[in-house]
Amino acid sequence: MKPTLFYIFSVVIIIFALLSVTTTRVLRAAVYLLFVLIATAGIYFLFDYFFLAAVQLTLYAGGIMVLIIFAVMLTNSAGEKLEKPALGKSFFAGLASATGLAVFLFTFFTYDSFPSVAADKTITVRELGVSLVSYGIGGYALPFEVISVLLLAAMVAAIIIAKKTTK
Amino acid sequence: MIENIPLSHIIVVSSIMFFIGIYGFITRKNLFTMLMSTELILNAAALNLVAFNKYLFPQNIQGHFFALFIIGIAAAEASVAIAIIIAIYRNFRNIDPEKINDMKY
Amino acid sequence: MAEHFSYTYLIVIIPLISFLITGLFGGKMKPIVSGLIGTTGLFISFGLSLCTAYKYFFLYGKTDEIFQKIVATDYLWLRFSDTLHVNLGVLIDPISVMMLIVITTVSLMVHIYSIGYMKGETGFARFFAFLSLFSFSMLGLVVATNIFQMYIFWELVGVSSYLLIGYYYEKPSAVAASKKAFIVTRFADLGFLIGILLLSFTTGTFDFITLTENNAAITQGSGIAFMGLSTITWSLIFIFMGGAGKSAMFPLHIWLPDAMEGPTPVSALIHAATMVVAGVYLVARLFPVYAISAPVALEVVGYVGGFTSLFAAVIACTQIDIKRILAFSTMSQIGYMMLALGVSGYGAEEGLGYLASMFHLFTHAMFKALLFLGAGAVIHAVHSNNFTDMGNLKKYLPVTHWTFLIACLAIAGIPPFAGFFSKDEILVAAYQHNKLLFFVEYAVAGLTAFYMFRLYFSVFHGKETHYHHTPHEAPYVMTIPLMLLALASMTVGLIPFGEFVTSDGAELELHTHWSIAIASVAIAVVGIVTALVFYRKENNLPEKIAISFGGLFKAAYHKFYIDELYLFITKKIIFNNVSTPIAWFDRNVVDATMNGIAYVTNYTSEKIKGLQSGQIQHYAYIFVSGVFVLALIFLYLMKY
Repeated sequence: MKPTLFYIFSVVIIIFALLSVTTTRVLRAAVYLLFVLIATAGIYFLFDYFFLAAVQLTLYAGGIMVLIIFAVMLTNSAGEKLEKPALGKSFFAGLASATGLAVFLFTFFTYDSFPSVAADKTITVRELGVSLVSYGIGGYALPFEVISVLLLAAMVAAIIIAKKTTK
Repeated sequence: MIENIPLSHIIVVSSIMFFIGIYGFITRKNLFTMLMSTELILNAAALNLVAFNKYLFPQNIQGHFFALFIIGIAAAEASVAIAIIIAIYRNFRNIDPEKINDMKY
Repeated sequence: MAEHFSYTYLIVIIPLISFLITGLFGGKMKPIVSGLIGTTGLFISFGLSLCTAYKYFFLYGKTDEIFQKIVATDYLWLRFSDTLHVNLGVLIDPISVMMLIVITTVSLMVHIYSIGYMKGETGFARFFAFLSLFSFSMLGLVVATNIFQMYIFWELVGVSSYLLIGYYYEKPSAVAASKKAFIVTRFADLGFLIGILLLSFTTGTFDFITLTENNAAITQGSGIAFMGLSTITWSLIFIFMGGAGKSAMFPLHIWLPDAMEGPTPVSALIHAATMVVAGVYLVARLFPVYAISAPVALEVVGYVGGFTSLFAAVIACTQIDIKRILAFSTMSQIGYMMLALGVSGYGAEEGLGYLASMFHLFTHAMFKALLFLGAGAVIHAVHSNNFTDMGNLKKYLPVTHWTFLIACLAIAGIPPFAGFFSKDEILVAAYQHNKLLFFVEYAVAGLTAFYMFRLYFSVFHGKETHYHHTPHEAPYVMTIPLMLLALASMTVGLIPFGEFVTSDGAELELHTHWSIAIASVAIAVVGIVTALVFYRKENNLPEKIAISFGGLFKAAYHKFYIDELYLFITKKIIFNNVSTPIAWFDRNVVDATMNGIAYVTNYTSEKIKGLQSGQIQHYAYIFVSGVFVLALIFLYLMKY
């Protein structure tokens, strides 16, 4: 059952990603991206990384995408149809991406010694919490604090940049 | 569990998502859709890291945390990017990246 | 012994200090003050020179009856290697002490005279500043311890001469003359420099004492030869080229007549008594090398001198500008000095020519300066340079008349005036070594007497021309130097020069060779009588003779067209065939290359500026492609 689920999720990811980058309507692109993110969360669930999957759903899918949808509506371009890109541009971009993909996969597949079986170890939330605030080896207290500062800075920056300038 | 799925399959998925994101970034004519493509890229990277963590170093949790932090940073970045896009919209009345080319020669 | 002479550097430095003071502050003080500063400075130098001469010649100079070269100061300035270094110092030796006396005496007389002559000029302070600069340079030249120091001061003297000839800078002819003097002497100095380089390369030293001691031992034995002459000979010929330029020997003489555009005191100081003898001094300084290691160069010196003296004397017979006559006379007399050096050997009786040359330099300075200053007094009174505008001036200018007469008698070689003794020794030396040069000099002696007395009779005797206003005698400040120099012209001939200045420092006794003495006096008297007949009273004998000489007269009047020849060579040949192609090359090839580079840069940047399109997606595309290429390179190409 699990492998099948994984392949379903993968197909969902790929199709909706493609749709997201080629559709002509902005809001549809946002929704397709939402589906991609949900499918990724599903894959995380399959990995038994429950906390991460929950965070992905909450933050990424529920927070960022909603934010993007709000912003799209703020700029009054919600209902418009986007232009399709010029043929040359899409051709060259497609070429670059395809080449990149080919190189990447070729390199990956010619490298031997990747194990193909995962071990059966679950990571509990308790473990995560402990290492999140510990400051020794394997402790993530510092990045935790730093990212909180980053979020603060981002918040302040967003307010300042998007503020209406008073004449 | 997940034992029957080889690592390479997951890597294929994440890499396809990554390169679709790159294609979208270069091709799209709307700043918001460019941002969405960026989110695709980030997401692909996170998936990649988690997969490697799970398959190669199951006792470690670095990949897990890395993915968490990626999500956090993506949030911060998205908010700032949206603020910038709003500011651009206010000044240029247009969110087509091809029209916003004042920083040229 | 050197400690007795440690003050001698002051003789050179004091005029420099007075140059700086009058040059920098001359505009702010009254003109007479700068004149007095210059004169006082030079008076101190004069006193110190007399002191040095007394000490050197009578007290401390001799060791074992031979005069030594004493280095009073030596300051290492530039070191190329252990043996090759350029010093600045003071060398005390018979000829340098003699030159110190000559230069300071004449310069002092000229300074005093100029206070009167240049009165009322706007650039009074500037004049005295340049005179002090010149005195400093010339004094530095004569006391140089090594040939490079002499070259430095040589160039300084050239600059001072340029500044002084072009003193009336608003007159185009003066500007052209100063440029000509500087360019011709500079061109000669090219030869000088080449000679210095060759000499120092072969011998490894610049120092005079090292070059000349032990009978110039260091310069012998060089086996390299070019066209049959050794390197030392070539270097000495080139050095002589520099000396010939400065001393106005043929064919580098063209600047001296034009240099008379400067004020008369300048002509007296520079172009009669001191700067133009620098070339003679140079050959005398290197005399042991010339005489022992390169006798061929010495022959060249002698013949050039002899030819120049004849050439100049012939031209002087036809000129009508007083100063030009005196200029050609100077050229002729310096030719005498060069010839005397040329026929001389080294040591004892052989060195008679050297002694005679130095003796003539000494006496010539006195009476030529007197002649020029007297001419200046005449020009000052009459306001014209040509003697056709003058006549019967002995009525109006008595002091000038008598001093001028004394000088003319001196230059003609009538005893007991100074010129007789020195010229006689030259004739004796020439007779003993080279009969051809002797006959040339003998003829020139007669011509000298003729043209000098032609000048004298035309100016001071003869029919009085109509003067705009009555000429009046010059003020005392101008006549006292005339009188002092006249006194000198009468007495310096009696100095027993052989006791002091000889080629190797040992005493040489001078005998009078009665046959030559009587012959020289005779031809001088012939010249004087001819001039008397032609010019004392107004007659047309000169014109008839001039017409009968026809073409020769015309050529001599135009200075044998040498100036026109040089002009032709430079304008038609050098400018058209050398300068114009080079200018074309510079404009079209060199400039074109630079412009081409700029054009290519511009064109390329126009073409690639599209990379900065401002489109963010272009940037992303290139970024991504670059990453892939790099990945490929690192994965597959740099593996090994």
